[in-house]
Amino acid sequence: MQQNEMRLEFDSRSCNEAFARVTVAAFMTQLNPTLEEVADVKTAVSEAVTNAIIHGYEGRVEKITISCQIEGEYLLVEVIDKGKGIADVKRAMEPLFTTKAECDRAGMGFAFMEAFMDTLDVQSAPDCGTTVRMSKRIARTETGSPQSRSFPAVQL
Amino acid sequence: MEHSFTITGTTLTVHLPSEIDHHSSRQLCQETDRLIQRRNIRRILFDFHDVSFMDSSGIGMILGRYKTMRFLGGTVMAVNVGERMQRVLTLAGVYKVIDIYEGAPEQSRLL
Repeated sequence: MQQNEMRLEFDSRSCNEAFARVTVAAFMTQLNPTLEEVADVKTAVSEAVTNAIIHGYEGRVEKITISCQIEGEYLLVEVIDKGKGIADVKRAMEPLFTTKAECDRAGMGFAFMEAFMDTLDVQSAPDCGTTVRMSKRIARTETGSPQSRSFPAVQL
Repeated sequence: MEHSFTITGTTLTVHLPSEIDHHSSRQLCQETDRLIQRRNIRRILFDFHDVSFMDSSGIGMILGRYKTMRFLGGTVMAVNVGERMQRVLTLAGVYKVIDIYEGAPEQSRLL
């Protein structure tokens, strides 16, 4: 079984959002993902990192950690901040719920992570930071182009 | 790829950058809002031609401008929206409030 791990620590500056998602995308290439799968993971990572910057640290410059693991066909991604935490995780995960509507936040962050990854788990407590754990199965087929996997309906 | 603007009459076309996230959308929002205020804009066309990445920050950016246009009695459209971006916009329910075009609609329909 294929196994690999990486850990990334960076400042909670908004210019690092692109850096973070591109780094995770580069790490996952060894699973031979489709473009669609790479785009899904990039979007989910971007959401989690943006949440840490805006909500976790509220604009303060501190550290965000991303930990990635490859376990067989699975990519596991953790985005960790040590910021203010979430009092009501269930409520925060409701689509359209946002505490920062005035900043043009759509309240779709967790909904996007859920939609683009297979699993999503959020551990958080006030003043203890937030850990977002996500996973996605990057299935490899033995034959056929990777692209054909994304659109099974087309093959019929 | 950076963003840019074109103004034709009361229509503001926003040529979106290749990547729309929280970082890139902040300046875009500010500049768009300034043009809406100063130039009597009644229609915003978000041109997705160059967009290869957008997260929910882009949704917030579009919905925020939609609210302003609705208040002013104007409209918002998205044009040149590729497959991936359609998926992102659909997921967020944006198609319920703005018209989304795969290509660019004929000029006559915009008048």
